[in-house]
Formats: sequence, C-alpha cells, structure tokens
Amino acid sequence: MYVYDEHDRQIAAERVAQFRDQTERALAGELREDEFLPLRLQNGLYVQRLAPMLRIAVPYGMLRSAQLRRLARITRDYDKGYAHFTTRQNVQLNWPAIEDVPDILAELAEVEMHANQTSGNCIRNTTTDQFSGVQADEITDPRPYCEIIRQWSTFHPEFAFLPRKFKVAVNASEHTDRAAIQVHDIGLQMVRNDQGELGFRVHVGGGLGRTPMVGPVIREFLPELDLLTYLEAVLRVYNRYGRRDNKFKARIKILVKALTPEGFAAKVEEEWSHIKDSPTRLTEEAISQFKGYFTEPDYQQVPDVTDTLATQRFENREFDQWITHNVDSHKHPGYAIVTLTMKKTGTPPGDVSDRQLEQIADLAEKYSFGEVRVTHQQNVVLADVRKDELFELWQAITPMGFATANLNTLTDVICCPGGDYCALANAKSIPVAEAIQRQFDDLDFLYDIGNIDLNISGCMNACGHHHVGNIGVLGVDKKGQEFYQISLGGSSHHDAAIGKILGPSFARDDMPEVIQKIINVYVDHRTEEEPFLDTYRRIGIEPFKERVYA
Amino acid sequence: MPDLITSDGSIRKDNWAVVPRPADGDSLDIPDQPSLIPADLWLAGKEHFENREDIGVWLDSHEEPEILAGVVNELPVIAVNFPKFSDGRGYSIARLLRERLNYRNELRAVGDVLLDQLQFMKRCGFDTYVLRADKDINKAARCLNFFTQGYQAATDTDVPLFRRRAS
Ligand code: HEM
Ligand code: SF4
Repeated sequence: MYVYDEHDRQIAAERVAQFRDQTERALAGELREDEFLPLRLQNGLYVQRLAPMLRIAVPYGMLRSAQLRRLARITRDYDKGYAHFTTRQNVQLNWPAIEDVPDILAELAEVEMHANQTSGNCIRNTTTDQFSGVQADEITDPRPYCEIIRQWSTFHPEFAFLPRKFKVAVNASEHTDRAAIQVHDIGLQMVRNDQGELGFRVHVGGGLGRTPMVGPVIREFLPELDLLTYLEAVLRVYNRYGRRDNKFKARIKILVKALTPEGFAAKVEEEWSHIKDSPTRLTEEAISQFKGYFTEPDYQQVPDVTDTLATQRFENREFDQWITHNVDSHKHPGYAIVTLTMKKTGTPPGDVSDRQLEQIADLAEKYSFGEVRVTHQQNVVLADVRKDELFELWQAITPMGFATANLNTLTDVICCPGGDYCALANAKSIPVAEAIQRQFDDLDFLYDIGNIDLNISGCMNACGHHHVGNIGVLGVDKKGQEFYQISLGGSSHHDAAIGKILGPSFARDDMPEVIQKIINVYVDHRTEEEPFLDTYRRIGIEPFKERVYA
Repeated sequence: MPDLITSDGSIRKDNWAVVPRPADGDSLDIPDQPSLIPADLWLAGKEHFENREDIGVWLDSHEEPEILAGVVNELPVIAVNFPKFSDGRGYSIARLLRERLNYRNELRAVGDVLLDQLQFMKRCGFDTYVLRADKDINKAARCLNFFTQGYQAATDTDVPLFRRRAS
C-alpha cells in the first residue's frame, strides 16, 4: 500500500493548516457562505439535513488497520460512533460539528488520510476494483496508476474550479469491471496492445445523475507513459468548453454528446499534441517507483487444505454457503479473497460502528497483512486470507455480523443514505432496502435466483447507482409523498447499460411485493443457468410490466 | 490608486484601468491613464497602439487566448477576468498564454479575485492580482503560499514531484 514520504506529509500538514485558516475566516464572517462553500466541499465538508457531513477519502479503497482504528476513534470523539462506506469507496461521517473539522483533518493526516477533493467541482477520489493485485485475470495491478492519478489531481492548480465534479475510475480485469468505469467521467480500462505494451482504453463522458450515460471510447490505446498528459488534455478541453451556464448540463458527458465522441476526441488529440512530451509525461522510473508501493505481501508457503476445507464445507452448510458466495479465488496458491458483507438485514447498507471498525482492523491484522479494501458495493474486503484460516475467520466474523452470505445477490443492496440523512432526498431509501431484505430472507431462494444487482437511490443524484442496477429503485416525490420508480436492465460491468423505466411509481409499502413479482417473472421465463440480466435482455420489459401492473 | 499584490507577496499601487467592452455601435473610450482594453478590439486596431506602453488587453473567461498567438509579447500587460471566482477557465487561459503562446510580460488576474484562489493563480502563471475590493490585501501574501510545493508541473515549475523524487 502507498506510504507517504516527506513530501506527502508536508503537503498534508499544509492542507490542514490552510483549512483551519479558512474555517476561522468563515466563522469570523470574512468569507461569505458562497465563498466558503467550495473550500469546505474540497475538504469533504457538506452541510446536511440534520448536521454537517464529512466525506473522508479512501484512495482506491485501501485502508490499513491503524487507519481503521483512527476512524473508529474519530467517530467516537467527534461523531455518534458510526460511519458509512460509500459507493465511491469513501467513508462518511454524518454528525461532525463544523468547528471540529480542522481537528478531524489533523487526526486523519497523522495516519496518512485526508478529505481532499471528496466533494466540489474538482477531480474526485480515483476508484478501482477492490480485488486489484490479487486476482488472476488482471492485465496488471491498477493501484500504482490510481496513486499516480491521485497525486496529479491533488490541488491541481488548473482544475480546482471545473464546471462540475469529475470522477475517474480504473479497471484492469479482463472479465469483470467492479469499478463501474463506464459510468465515470473518465473510465480507464487497462489493456495490452498487439505489441504487448501496457496502456489504457479511454472512456469519457459516462455518468449517472439526471442524465445517465455510458461513456463512449475516445481512444482505444493510450500508452501508459502518456497517462497524465492525456488526462490533462481531456480536463483542459472540459474546463474550457464544458457548459457553465446550467448545472445540469455542465458535466463532461454533455460536452462529449454535443461534440460527438469523435469531435471531442479530435479536440483532445489537438490539445494533447502540444503537451504530450511535456515534463508531465510519466517516466519508466516513476512508474516503477509507484509500483514499489504495491508489491506482494509476504505470502507464506501454506499447506494445501483442499481436503480439510472440503470436509469443513461438507459438515457445515452455512460455512459452505459463505465460501461459495463471499470468498473468491486468489492468484497466489493457498490464499483466498474474503468479502465482509455490511448487509445484515436491519443495518443500513454500508453502516459501520466504531466497534466494528476496530474489529475489522483486528481481523485485517490477524488474517490479511493489516490491510482492507472498501468496495463500491459498500462492503469490505480482506484480500489475502490463508485458506487454512478461512474456517476460523468465518467463526470470528459470524457474531460480528460480517458473514451474511449474500454477496452479489438480491439482498446485497447498494443503497444511498436517502431521507434519513440526506438533505437532497425525495424519499427514504434505507427502509426500502430493509423491507426488500426481509421479503427475501430465504437464502436458498436467493441463491436459486442467482446474482442480481439491486441499487437504490433516494433522488435523481443517483448516489446509489440505481440506473445501473439490474433492478434500480429511485425515490421520487409526488406532492410531498414518497414514491418509488423502478428501472430494469442496468449494468455497471463490461456490458454497461442504463436501466429502462418500468412505468408509474409505487408506494413504499408495495415495494417488496413489486420486487417479488419482478423476480417471479424472471423465474418463469429463465432458461437453465440464465442470469436475471440475460433473461431481461432476451424477453424485454413487457412481461415484467404486464405482471407488475396487472 | 488601488493596490494590487504581486506573486512574491509585495503590495504596490496600481493605476491600470480595465476598460469595459463598449456597447454595440459605441466606440472605445480610453481614459487618460494606462488601460486594459478588450483583446479583440486591440487586435482589430493594433496599428493605433504601436509602441504604446500604457495599453494592455484583457480577456474574458470565455474568450480564446489563441487569438493573440504571435503578438502577445507586444503587450506590456494581459489581464484575465474572473467573472465569478468559481469560473475556472481563467486558469487554463493563463497556462496557455504562458506555456503555449510564450507570453513573458505581466499577467494579471482581475474581477472576482479572492484570497483562497491566489496560489492556484500563481501556479498557473499569473504574477499580479487585483483583489475584489472587500478582501483584505494584507492576508494575500499568506494565501499565496499555503503550500511549499505541488505535485504537478505547472507554469511555476516544470518538474512534477514524481521527477523530483526520481532524481
Ligand atoms: C448525505 C450524504 C450525501 C449527499 C448530500 C450527496 C450528494 C450528492 C450529490 C449532490 C450528487 C449529485 C452530483 C451530480 O449529479 O453531479 C451525488 C451523486 C453521487 N453520490 Fe452522493 N451524496 C451523499 C451520500 C452519498 C453516499 C452515502 C454515497 C454512496 C453510497 C454517494 C455516492 C454518490 C455517487 C456514486 C454519485 C454519482 C453520481 C454520478 O456519477 O453522476 N453519495 N451525491
Ligand atoms: S441519491 Fe439523493 S438522496 Fe441519496 S444520498 Fe444521493 S443525494 Fe442524497
């Protein structure tokens, strides 16, 4: 994992001092509210329905045990003892006091954390696949490139006041995309060209929100050394020509659409031609330095426990289910990737208490080299667990509530905080997730219907990624009443697609029943082994409409 | 005369006037003091201003600095207007003037210029700043220097941190 050097430490300390100064001037009335707003947002500080909210950056989702423990202490000392994992791999606090934020930032800086650019119209935290570096099918480990982008985008003097927020995601797996890159402003897919050279396929102009779009490819192959100069060209074109007259049309996707992907790409190439060979061009040495931070942990030669595991699985059905669903294969023999699910029915998806943060820190130390990753589905990954310790780990996490064996199933809901916390919400979303989880409490049925992404947002901003859920739920407001609109057929993977709206919205109480009917249509129509999305794509939306509105 | 602040933190008197764009049909009215006039009007009437040390230009945030390609160094001062501090186009304009058009004379930020943006402006190549009137110029020097270094190459340095680390 990346470790700060003296430069990073100094910059982090200066940032805290700067924000302390800004906060003091704001509280003294020297900064108008609209002047302080972008400054506080660029330090992660929102002002919400009930209290401020602080969004803490977790670069590409990675946390060390010491950082988890510090987060736990911060939630206790400055908040109500819990935090929230978000779909952008960050952590949110829901109740800090504005005056305390500079102190919180100082506490974070001590463990090499920050809240830089977690909000505001600037380049946000770069996200990636939570299985980076440990899966067999990736082109290369994307994390060094994410860190390169993080440093380049941090306090970039030209791009701190963009027309709108800007999000970059990187994926390196050939078969899956856990980072949802095609619904980001820039999505980078790592590839090798015919000569075997490493580079990126560049998608630009994806995004959710009010006008959801899948980002088209604007360059099939960008050599790795050109990463930063090319990003700089894209951002400069966007900064100059992105619309600033209307906040709903200010995203880069609107510019790409207006110019056409080809027209936009041509503008970027022209800009890039001037800066391609500038000092911002990466060097082999720089890349290998960054790679040096993400070397393999000290893997042991561990005994082959296939037989023991088979026996344990045979003798314990719940353990067997957990292995099947929450444990993935690892590129190193004898190890496995474990996902701790934060989706126990009755707990808001992604919510984590101070005690749980400490438990996770302990688990990471004991079983996974002291590191975890936060996933965009609001779960937590122990990426390097010895197979011969899986049973013990499972026994440890079951009472903690992290062993719900529902990863990637219908009840592994992605859900925004909605009306319970968020000032922008049109409707609550947490109780809807819970009601659906209760409806589908039979694990055997869940397994039978296979992997389904169910995503819920409380308003058009789409924090819960509802557009790209196989089933999406969106809270809408009708004359002050909460209603929910359903969309079907979305995907955030390699086959990214925006879901199609089913029809008129439903009352909250009807939601479990509506989802049940949708599932029943699928069960009636599927061919053997056919996932929900494939059935939907084959039969279309009509059969679902007919049943649900019958 | 109002004050301005320079990128090295010193405060000095300033008597350059920013001459607004005249309404359609009206002609440009240049006051009896050093003046910054709209860049396109300067270009259109360039021969009238040959050798005038007291005429510079200003660009608005939506304007293209490329119109000045090849002639920038005939100007003693180029100002870039920030109509609203949150309009970030001026930063790109400054870098283009410095790094692409090779402008070497004074580059000035005018308009909604606040304290907390100064260091970004400096890194993008501005060297003088006319703060919005209600802002305390005595706090500007500190705000120009919150950070002792940056991660990126910009106009102030062509050595990004990754190159400094490698050496
Ligand atoms: C109370 C807390 C929150 C507030 C006030 C908030 C606010 C917003 C706003 C204003 C947008 C819209 C921006 C736009 O359309 O450009 C947005 C989008 C988004 N938010 Fe949140 N959010 C909150 C919590 C969360 C949480 C908890 C998550 C993760 C579960 C999240 C993830 C996202 C994502 C992924 C988008 C993406 C939209 C896109 O790509 O266009 N947010 N949020
Ligand atoms: S989707 Fe809307 S309601 Fe949900 S967190 Fe985002 S802004 Fe709030």
